Amino acid sequence: MSDKHLSTQFDAELSGISNRVLEMGGLVESQVAQGIHALRHLSVETAEQVLKQEERVNRMEVEIDRDLTGIIARRQPTARDLRLLIAVHKTIANLERVGDEAARVARIVQRLVANGMSSRLPTFDLGVEADLAIAQLRKALDAFARLDTARALEVLKQDDQIDREFEGLLRKLITYMMEDPRTISASIDLVFVAKAIERVGDHAKNLAEAIIYVVKGTDVRHVSLEAVENAVR
Amino acid sequence: MSSTITLPENPPPLKAQSKNLDFYYSDFKALKSVSMPVYEHKVTALIGPSGCGKSTYLRCYNRMHDLYPGNRYVGEISLLPDAVNLLAREVDPIEVRMRISMVFQKPNPFPKSIFENVAYGLRVRNERSRSFLEDRVEAALRGAALWDEVRDRLDEAGSNLSGGQQQRLCIARALATDPEIILFDEPTSALDPIATGAIEELISELKKKVTILIVTHNMQQAARVSDYTAYMYLGELVEYGDTKDIFMKPRRRETEDYITGRFG
Repeated sequence: MSDKHLSTQFDAELSGISNRVLEMGGLVESQVAQGIHALRHLSVETAEQVLKQEERVNRMEVEIDRDLTGIIARRQPTARDLRLLIAVHKTIANLERVGDEAARVARIVQRLVANGMSSRLPTFDLGVEADLAIAQLRKALDAFARLDTARALEVLKQDDQIDREFEGLLRKLITYMMEDPRTISASIDLVFVAKAIERVGDHAKNLAEAIIYVVKGTDVRHVSLEAVENAVR
Repeated sequence: MSSTITLPENPPPLKAQSKNLDFYYSDFKALKSVSMPVYEHKVTALIGPSGCGKSTYLRCYNRMHDLYPGNRYVGEISLLPDAVNLLAREVDPIEVRMRISMVFQKPNPFPKSIFENVAYGLRVRNERSRSFLEDRVEAALRGAALWDEVRDRLDEAGSNLSGGQQQRLCIARALATDPEIILFDEPTSALDPIATGAIEELISELKKKVTILIVTHNMQQAARVSDYTAYMYLGELVEYGDTKDIFMKPRRRETEDYITGRFG
């Protein structure tokens, strides 16, 4: 198989845009990690940093989209090149939303600190859910870099771990609220955080689906896990 | 190497099909067992690198190779609905060319008037009635989207027209005998983008009435105008399928490498 195009410039453009996606992915991954760090340590400064990065992530999305449109207009890509560019388009939209979720967590941290949150609330458990989501995101980006469908499949399989974690947290927070109504306001904020983290996991899943589409040409959205396994095989 | 052929789930009626078609230029085997359907009122594009046999395949359909001694067909091309084998010795190539006409890479109007260019095939058929000829020429020129531009100058030489108009004149000439299939051999490679657009538009109009086979070097053109695409390489059919599938998700690596520009 020849992996290179006759046009080396086209190769450079495609690998350039893939690298930009990974760069953007690295950025939002650290944004999520910092958001969670801010929550664990109730650090307003870290929350501030997360919000600052949001601007950069948004700019990257716009720039990558612009380059993408340029490549499509000039190269008229087909087959796996076309699938890659379509996947890039979807992936950066997902990454931008991951950034939004991180920013949401940061804003909640600011609010919790301003309202003097009780240290009894289970921020530690949120950390467990967040670590899972970050690992999923990292794995999905890793799979994107190598166009590795086996790894993408792992991401899809592990998504329900995060969902289970989210449900567990929800139950716990409800218990807190029932026991001590003074924690209701802060608990609801933590529900929002838990939901934001769960969404990060969903975006990682979307990335994984896009990778399988690039490599196999099969659309594996909204199908059973068995069907995805068959497509990847 | 065998061909990867993906037939449509609900196939339209067949207009023709080649079965194990080999073709020899003397000792050189230019086509190797090519079997492929041609669906009625659809555009089938043949793509592949130079020398892959796509034009050779196209020319079999109107027995163009008969003109040179030593050329040899093996296998068959069956034309439906009568299932006549176009390659059979007893089939008259002139009659085949009435039913299956051809448009070439470079516009090649005859050194005659616009009218006589279009009427040529009918005259070969011994049509003499002036009013019949006039009607058919007008219909063919309208069919080729040229009538409005030439209606007042039918007696001028065909070669006075612009390149794009000349090509449409050749299409009108091909249409005049009321063919069932029109073969296009890179019909726009000598034209500018505007004239190319006009011909492509015409092709999608023409397929309502005739079946079209087109050879093109321009992959985007195949993607734009065709319903089915066949990728050929070294005289073999590598892959045949719905054009959308061929360009989004070809089954064969070779096809993908070619259409994505990785062929070297």
